[in-house]
Amino acid sequence: MSRVPIDLSPPVSDTVKTTTCYMCACRCGIRVHLKDGQVRYIEGNRAHPVNKGVLCAKGSAGIMQHYSPARLSKPLKRVGERGSGRFEAIEWDEALALATGWLGAIRERDPKQLAFFTGRDQSQALTGWWASQFGTPNYAAHGGFCSVNMAAGGIYTIGGSFWEFGEPDWEHAEYFMMFGVAEDHDSNPIKAGLAKLKARGAKIVAVNPVRTGYGAIADEWLGVTPGGDGLLILSLCHELLRAGRVDLEWMLDYSNAGWLVLDEDGLFARDGDGKPLCWDRATNSARPAAGSEVQPAPKGRFTLPDGRTARPSFEIMAERYADARYAPDAVAERAGVSAATIRRIAAELAAAAFDSDLAIEQPWTDTHGRKHERMVGRPVSIHAMRGISAHVNGFHTCRALHLLQMLLGAVDRPGSYRYKPPFPRPAPPGPKPAGRPDQIAPGQPMPGPPLGFTAGPEDLILADDGAPQRIDHAFSWEAPVSAHGMMHTVIGNAVRGDPYRIDTLFMYMANMAWNSAMNSAETIDMLTAKDDDGGYKIPHIIYSDAYFSEMVAYADLILPDTTYLERWDCISLLDRPISDADGVADAIRQPIATPDRDVRPFQDVLIEIGARLGLPGLVDDEGQARYPNGYADYLVGHERKPGVGSLAGWRGHDGSKQGVGAPNPKQLEAYTENDCHWRLELAPNQRYYRYANQAYLDWSAALGFIDHAERITLQLYSEPMQRFRRAAEGHGEIQPPEHLRQRVKDYFDPLPIWYAPFEDAGAGDDFPLHAVTQRPMAMYHAWGSQNAWLRQIHAANRLYMSRKLAAKLDIADDDWVWVESRKGQVKAQARLMDGVNDHTVWTWNAIGKRAGAWNLGEGAPESTKGFLLNHLIDDLQSGTSYANADPVTGQAAWYDLRVRVRKAGVTEQGTSAPQFATLQRPPGMAPAPDTLQYGKPKTGAVT
Amino acid sequence: MTSLPKTPPAKRLGLVIDLDTCVGCHACAVNCKEWNTGGYPAPLSDPDPYGAAPEGVWLNRIHGFEATPESGDGRTVHFPKSCLHCQDAPCVTVCPTGASYKREEDGIVLVREDLCIGCKLCSWACPYGAREYDGMTGVMKKCTLCIDRIYNDNLDEVDRVPACVSTCPASARHFGDFNDPDSNVSRLTAEREGMDLMPELGCQPTNKYLPPRPRRTESATAELPTAEGGFLGWVDKLLSR
Repeated sequence: MSRVPIDLSPPVSDTVKTTTCYMCACRCGIRVHLKDGQVRYIEGNRAHPVNKGVLCAKGSAGIMQHYSPARLSKPLKRVGERGSGRFEAIEWDEALALATGWLGAIRERDPKQLAFFTGRDQSQALTGWWASQFGTPNYAAHGGFCSVNMAAGGIYTIGGSFWEFGEPDWEHAEYFMMFGVAEDHDSNPIKAGLAKLKARGAKIVAVNPVRTGYGAIADEWLGVTPGGDGLLILSLCHELLRAGRVDLEWMLDYSNAGWLVLDEDGLFARDGDGKPLCWDRATNSARPAAGSEVQPAPKGRFTLPDGRTARPSFEIMAERYADARYAPDAVAERAGVSAATIRRIAAELAAAAFDSDLAIEQPWTDTHGRKHERMVGRPVSIHAMRGISAHVNGFHTCRALHLLQMLLGAVDRPGSYRYKPPFPRPAPPGPKPAGRPDQIAPGQPMPGPPLGFTAGPEDLILADDGAPQRIDHAFSWEAPVSAHGMMHTVIGNAVRGDPYRIDTLFMYMANMAWNSAMNSAETIDMLTAKDDDGGYKIPHIIYSDAYFSEMVAYADLILPDTTYLERWDCISLLDRPISDADGVADAIRQPIATPDRDVRPFQDVLIEIGARLGLPGLVDDEGQARYPNGYADYLVGHERKPGVGSLAGWRGHDGSKQGVGAPNPKQLEAYTENDCHWRLELAPNQRYYRYANQAYLDWSAALGFIDHAERITLQLYSEPMQRFRRAAEGHGEIQPPEHLRQRVKDYFDPLPIWYAPFEDAGAGDDFPLHAVTQRPMAMYHAWGSQNAWLRQIHAANRLYMSRKLAAKLDIADDDWVWVESRKGQVKAQARLMDGVNDHTVWTWNAIGKRAGAWNLGEGAPESTKGFLLNHLIDDLQSGTSYANADPVTGQAAWYDLRVRVRKAGVTEQGTSAPQFATLQRPPGMAPAPDTLQYGKPKTGAVT
Repeated sequence: MTSLPKTPPAKRLGLVIDLDTCVGCHACAVNCKEWNTGGYPAPLSDPDPYGAAPEGVWLNRIHGFEATPESGDGRTVHFPKSCLHCQDAPCVTVCPTGASYKREEDGIVLVREDLCIGCKLCSWACPYGAREYDGMTGVMKKCTLCIDRIYNDNLDEVDRVPACVSTCPASARHFGDFNDPDSNVSRLTAEREGMDLMPELGCQPTNKYLPPRPRRTESATAELPTAEGGFLGWVDKLLSR
């Protein structure tokens, strides 16, 4: 037929603006095309260091998030009972006056009666500082139920961690192991990296109970049994030690393997200046381990001049893991991986690390001034995420992974895990948390940040009687290293008055009445619980969210936020950076669109409340608002310490400084002109061995990332752990209460240990199965379900199980089943598969929705067929008053859940359980449209 | 009946889809949806976007399945599917109005919506199930290879590829001219033994699928030998090197 005329070059858009995505925590650069005042198209920004032009399903669906019918449109004041959904729309002045009234009274009375917790927020550098200015220690973000074990395990061991503080060397790795990586974190870089590995023929091993997503393209899948990863890892260490396939020289150089541990107290032997000692083989004497000429002995028992005896930590470590209890045959059953496979993987790891001739011909100089001609590779990369993190043994499992890396010498060397600046930092780094009783006073700020890194009992935040001081019990003896706080405990503790009642719970982007709580149904009851006098047990709840999430109905005051395309925002080096291994980077969001609703950016609102309260730092000497234009003013003008602020790029009066420099009034313009990000690339000699690379450490100190350009010693043996244990053994002034003494003794081992998840005890025949969740690549947490496009991909979740297990339980595909735990039961529809551990059932996280929430219509599959596993998870450890959490870090132990599954009856088909009353739309929210034809031409109709 | 071009198109544009690196993330599908709902086939309707049956029009869909052999390891496969722009396209020849046609210039199969009567014969004829009927506009929709991108002078040259290719985080999608033996798609197809989907049907699809690379399961040593010298004896040996 003849050629059909087509307009091949239609104009794409009127303007293109760059900003940073917020559809998940990956923080990719995006280009937003605007046409006729509407968002026409969102694509990845090729110039951006995170995604280099690509964009995932979530990012591409940002249009639907921006125009979601579930957007809140005006401040709301509760007028019915909590949970009734009855609200009155109010003006911002009234809303801010209400908030300021409640908060001001608290601050003058007892600042810690404010509990301020944020969810998956990316402005923690602001919110944490704000809490300090207010004077409450009761602050944290969502890290406690996300991945604090990954962060703390890494930061206390290698001075960095997976994901945000490090990444695999995608360019050089020849062997890559992924542990418990759900299909995100960090989304696009992992996908791009895997493609690079595949193209090069590197081997990829996925360790995960479930074979989906990234695991699907791995060369080998190890379907580990949940909670058993630590055994698998320590058994790999056992094999390497048995064979002597260990990078001993590197460990003696860069870790504390050669430091002497005193027999009498398990602490490091130190000289008069407090410097750790090693036994120098050259002089056969104890000498400071940091010396440049020493040759530390890795084994032996040595007598110090003062008569005390000590052994190198390497020997203690080697002895521990050489033990038969870590032999592959001993761990195989609980780990869920065969002994032969463990032995083979160990051999493969050793071959990949030590038989490779990978080296980068790049001279570099270490902190002893020694010149090295080349950077010698250890091309084994490891990455891990929540799958090993969300267990009560997750901290030690993560430490075990870093131990494995150290045995292989595979830390920041060509082909291995690599730090992302500003990491590495000292392990652990400063600062310490503030919030002790002597640091809290009416009307006063705290002298430090609410979160930090404890290194011993003296750093804990305890009440005068040694009980928890914080409402979430963070930094108490229940979880001494809870560096991210324990958000999952706040509501329960506040209602129980443990350790005290609070006045106001102020939350941002935290869907605690649904999928962000471990025990959603109970949490709903707690949010509505009343005292005998009829008042709510939590008297005031303020909540900020852009959307009509399940939590909205349970707040007294709603402060409606904007969408991510309507505000200034910051991805700061002070918070969660977007650096890569070869460069340091930060970024901003800029407003692309003006809100068509009466909403305000949460950060602006927080700053205004702070100014109205007269918080120091938020008002000037005359008491006037210091940042009258809100967050944009703050981002530019706020200095954390002289010359260091939210953004590291274009500092100094003329924008010529990087990292440290005076505030630059034109800084945001500089960012927007540079696609909303800043990146400073490292020189080739600064890119590996950064714990001891003088050129790198000088650079890091000059930029203000570390205080001194000094060597960072990797902590194979963790002295902070031993300090806590010593206290439990009866030493020192600050000791755990009797009921926690044994627990601290047991779990504060200076070397990684494995112990069975507490939920395993007694699970036995009653609850023989493990249950875990993953999140799908195309959906991220609760935000996705209101998204017209993403919910077409995932509108209802199933309970997945292996065909073998299903046959045993007489369950067929599509059957409705009851899943029961010691806590409760949920009903779900089964889907059978092969790629899942035979003792494990699983589902997608946060697909299930409460009817009516997110402005979804009647019969939405999210609520009729979708479900949450959360209802089955206890927020408390069985038979105790402690959180169901890691005893070291307080990390919520979601993945320790034990269940049984049985077929539902014939009359129980078709609908998931439990079901909850339908939430009513708040005032001002129109019903969601019945149909959608986004992009339909306004004129020249489609013919 | 509608005729295919009498002479084979000079160019044969299409996609190479790499099943070795596709992780099933749906990035391509959603970026396709957002580009095309405002592009040439606009809109891609969503008849029940927030209700009980959220099933709208998508020009690219991802299917996931498991393959479990009698012995050996099973695998999970993610399989993106869109129009394959067949050389012998049954969806064209079946069209009663001339709406469905194959371009002479580059072989892209398109729908002229002004001629489409929504009879759905083409979707019955397509053996791959790659056509999408839009009930709200009453016409058939399909992958256009982003015809309003690939020749678009308003875009940087690097962006003149289909949206799905541009956005794929795993580099699993490639676009080019299969008539050019030096094109990236021709080379990839040759190097990686790119396959036709259901070649026995004779449609001669243009798009090719790269099969997963062989898995690396080999091992130099199945087990590490115990070091000589007993517990930590090897340490002395190492240190004396």
